[in-house]
Amino acid sequence: MTTEIKPQVDVRQPVEYTDARVNANIPAGPIEQKWSKHKFEMKLVNPSNRRKYTVIVVGTGLAGGAAAATMAEMGYSVKAFCYQDSARRAHSIAAQGGINAAKNYRNDGDSVYRLFYDTIKGGDFRAREANVYRLAELSVNIIDQCVAQGVPFAREYSGYLDNRSFGGAQVSRTFYARGQTGQQLMLGAYQALSRQVAAGNVDLNERTEMLDVIVIDGRARGIVTRDMVTGKIESHLADAVVLATGGYSNVFYLSTNAKGCNVTATWRAHKRGAFFANPCYTQIHPTCIPVSGDHQSKLTLMSESLRNDGRVWVPLTAGDPRSPDKIPEDERDYYLERRYPSYGNLAPRDISSRAAKVVCDEGRGVGPGGLGVYLDFTAAIKRLGESTVRERYGNLFDMYERITGENPYKGPMRIYPAVHYTMGGLWVDYNLMSTIPGLFVGGEANFSDHGANRLGASALMQGLADGYFVLPATISNYLAQGGLEKVDTTHSAVQEAVQSVTAQTQKFLDIKGTRTVDSFHRELGKIMWEYCGMSRTDEGLRYALQRIPELRQQFWTDLRVLGSGDDLNQELEKAGRVADFIELGELMCLDALERAESCGGHFREESQTPDGEALRNDDDYCYVAAWEHTGEPSKAVLHRETLHFENIHLAQRSYK
Amino acid sequence: MKITVNVWRQKNASSKGRLEKYQVDHVSPDMSFLEMLDTLNQQLMAKGEVPIAFDHDCREGICGSCGVVINGLAHGGQLATTTCQLHMRKFKDGDNITVEPWRANAFPVIKDLMVDRGSFDRIIQAGGFISAHTGSAPDANGTPIPKDNADMAFEGAQCIGCGACVAACPNASAMLFTSAKVGHLGLLPQGQPERQQRVLKMVAQMDTEGFGGCTNIGECTAACPKEIGLHFISRLNRDLLGATLRGGSTVD
Repeated sequence: MTTEIKPQVDVRQPVEYTDARVNANIPAGPIEQKWSKHKFEMKLVNPSNRRKYTVIVVGTGLAGGAAAATMAEMGYSVKAFCYQDSARRAHSIAAQGGINAAKNYRNDGDSVYRLFYDTIKGGDFRAREANVYRLAELSVNIIDQCVAQGVPFAREYSGYLDNRSFGGAQVSRTFYARGQTGQQLMLGAYQALSRQVAAGNVDLNERTEMLDVIVIDGRARGIVTRDMVTGKIESHLADAVVLATGGYSNVFYLSTNAKGCNVTATWRAHKRGAFFANPCYTQIHPTCIPVSGDHQSKLTLMSESLRNDGRVWVPLTAGDPRSPDKIPEDERDYYLERRYPSYGNLAPRDISSRAAKVVCDEGRGVGPGGLGVYLDFTAAIKRLGESTVRERYGNLFDMYERITGENPYKGPMRIYPAVHYTMGGLWVDYNLMSTIPGLFVGGEANFSDHGANRLGASALMQGLADGYFVLPATISNYLAQGGLEKVDTTHSAVQEAVQSVTAQTQKFLDIKGTRTVDSFHRELGKIMWEYCGMSRTDEGLRYALQRIPELRQQFWTDLRVLGSGDDLNQELEKAGRVADFIELGELMCLDALERAESCGGHFREESQTPDGEALRNDDDYCYVAAWEHTGEPSKAVLHRETLHFENIHLAQRSYK
Repeated sequence: MKITVNVWRQKNASSKGRLEKYQVDHVSPDMSFLEMLDTLNQQLMAKGEVPIAFDHDCREGICGSCGVVINGLAHGGQLATTTCQLHMRKFKDGDNITVEPWRANAFPVIKDLMVDRGSFDRIIQAGGFISAHTGSAPDANGTPIPKDNADMAFEGAQCIGCGACVAACPNASAMLFTSAKVGHLGLLPQGQPERQQRVLKMVAQMDTEGFGGCTNIGECTAACPKEIGLHFISRLNRDLLGATLRGGSTVD
C-alpha cells in the first residue's frame, strides 16, 4: 500500500502490485499539505542532544555538501567523505545551465503546481507524485538560500534576478549564473561546509573512497574507506549514513561525467541489501561535442540553454557534401521545429536526442562519421548581435573552440547526444531512506524525482532540496526514534566488512593478467552504448546479457594492475570502480529487458507510436522497478512499487 | 605526431623526484593534453611500468583538479585554458615537452604530478563564506543587487581553485586566489557584515600556510584559466587596510 487516497474515477487504474518491501511511506492528505504535515509529525532531536549523534555523509556535491553543512549547523557530529582532493570539486561543479524554481518572478503563469506538473510529465509519468510535489515546493526556498550565501546569479539592470527558459517548460523559471550555475551553487554549499569544518562540526576526509557499508542488526551503522594516498583501509561508525555519491553514467565509459564519477558507493550498498531502482533510466543529452577519435576519454556537454537561441538542423538530403554556409535555407531541415512546433528547439532531452539519432540513421548526419547535427546561432547573432550572444554563452563558445578548433561565431557548432545523467539509483521512500534502515540516499544517487527523463535545470534543484531541506528533517526523525545500540569497531560485522574490502583490493593486484582497466571499461562502454543506449531491443539486450558476464569473467582473470595497495595507485582505484560498473551494466540490461515499454530516456523499439514517439504501457509498467541483490546481478529479484497518479492524469506525452 | 615528454616522477612526498624522458607515438592533434598522458600511461603499463599519477576529473576546465607546469608555464600557457582543455594541436610533431607539478612550499608533492592543495581549503575555512544558516534566508528578490556588482562578484566567484596562480608566481603567493573570494563576497550586500573579519582571517591563514607575499608581478592573472583580474588584489589590499585600521570592526 503506497497511499490511502483513492484515485479519481477518470484516472486509469494501474495494475496494483503489493510489495511491503517497497512501501514508499507517503504521508496521507492532499498533495499540497503532505510535506508540511509530515514535517510536523516527524520526531525531533533536542538541540542539546544532537551532538551525541554521528552522521556520515559520503559525497560532497550539492546533495552531500548541503546535507553535511546543514546537519552540522543543526548540531549533529558530521563525518564527510569525498574522493576528490577537495570537497569543492564534486561533479555538481560542472553543471552549466541553471536551476529551476517556481518563483514566478516573470509573472508568466508559473506556480509550484506547474513545476510539479511539468516535472511529472517531463519524467514521462514514471516518478512519484508526492516526492515531485515536495521538490517543486522546496524549489523557492533553494533560490532564497543560495542568494543569502552569496551565489552570484545573473541579474537584470534593475538588480533583480534574471531567468531563462529550459526544455520541457513554457515558462521562464530557470535561474542561472552564466554557463556555470552548478559551479556557483556548488561553491555556495562548499563554503557553508567549510564554515562548519572550521567550527569543528564536520570532520572532512578528502581523497578517501568509500568501499563498503557496515550493516549491524539490519541498520546502516558505518562505512569502510580506503585512504587514496596511504592506501589505509579503515572503518567509520555512525548512527546514520547518507550516500550522495552521484550517478553512474560512466558505465558507458564515454559520458559527460567527470572521470572519477562511479557507482561503487551505491553498488556496494546494493550488495549489502539496498534495492536499486530503475537502473535502465539513463539520460542521453542532445547537445554534446561529438567524439573525435579512439583516444577520447570523455565527452563534453554544451548546455541546453544554448537551445534558447541556437537552431538545430541537418541537410535535407542524405550525404550532402557541402559546408553548412553553402546550404541554402530551403535545403535545411530544422527537424525539431518541424516535428515539435510548440516546443521547437526546446523539446525535452530524451525527445531531442532520439530525433538526432533518427536523422543520423537516415544518413543526414554531419561531420566525421555522420554522427553530428548542426546547432546554429546565425539567426541569433543577426537578431541580438554578437556581443549579446557572447554575454549569454561566451564561456561555452570558448570551450567549443578550444576542444574542436572551430569558431562557433563563424559557423554552426556540431553536436551529438551523449550520456549525461542517470535517473535510476538506489530506491528510497518518501524520507529518502533506502531499504536498509539508516541508509539515506540523496541527489542523483537516488532514483526518486525524475521518473524516466529528467528535465533541464532540475538536477541542481533536486540535489539542493535533498541536501538542505529533506535529509536534515528526515534523518532527525529517524534518529529521534532511538533504538540505536552503541557499536564499536570490534563488532564482527565491522571486521567482516574491512576484511572483504582488504581482500578485494589485494585480489586486483594478484590477477597479474595482460589487460589494463581502461581496456575493459571501454569494451563495457561499447556494449552498453550499442545495446542499452538511445534505443533498445529485446534481441540486443539479450545479447548484451550474454556478453557482459563473459567480459566480467575476463576482467577477473586477465586484469593487470601494477604497483601496490599501500600507496597512491590510480589504476587500483579504477579497477574497483570498473568491477562494479560491469555488474551494474548487467542489471541495467536486465531492467531494460524487463520493461518492454518505451518511456522517457528508455526507448524500446518494439514500443513506439506510428510517428516514432515513445509508447508507454501504463497497464503493465506503471511502477518503479526495485531490484534486490541475491548474489549475482542476473539473479536479482524484482520488487514493484506501483505509481499512483491522483493529481495529474496519465496521458501520452506530447510536445508537438 | 610523435612527442617526447620529460615528466617529473616522484614516488611519494618523502622521496626525491627526477625528470624521466618518454616518447609518445600516435599522438592525434585532436587529443587533449591529458589524453596524451593517458596514451603514454597505457604504453607504460603495456611494458610493465607504473603509470604516471596526475590529478584530473571533469576534463571540462571547471573542477580545478588538473594542473601541471608545461614547458615552464602553468597549464601550458594557452590563454584562459586549463591543462585538460589544452589540445595537442597546439604542439608540433617532434616537440619536446617538459611536464612538472605545481612548485610551491604550500603545495607539497604527493606523487609524480599530484600536489596537496589543502592549504586553499583552509584559507576558505578561515572565512571565505557568508554565515547564512539554512532556512534563514529572506526572499531572493528582497535585496536588489546592481548588475555591475553581481557581474563583478561573479568574475571573482569563477575561481576554480586550481592553484595555477600560485604555481606561476615567483613568490608562490596565493593573493589572486584569496582576493577572488574576498572580492566576490565583499561586492555583495549579503557579504557586508563579515567583510572586515573575513579579509583579516583569510590573509592571516594565507600567511600561516607559507604562501609568499604579493609583489604585483601579474603572472597569476596571466596563468589564471578564468582570467581573474589583478583588480581583485587591489580590492583585497584596500579591504585589508581598512579592516586593519578599524581593528576588524564594521563600525568606523
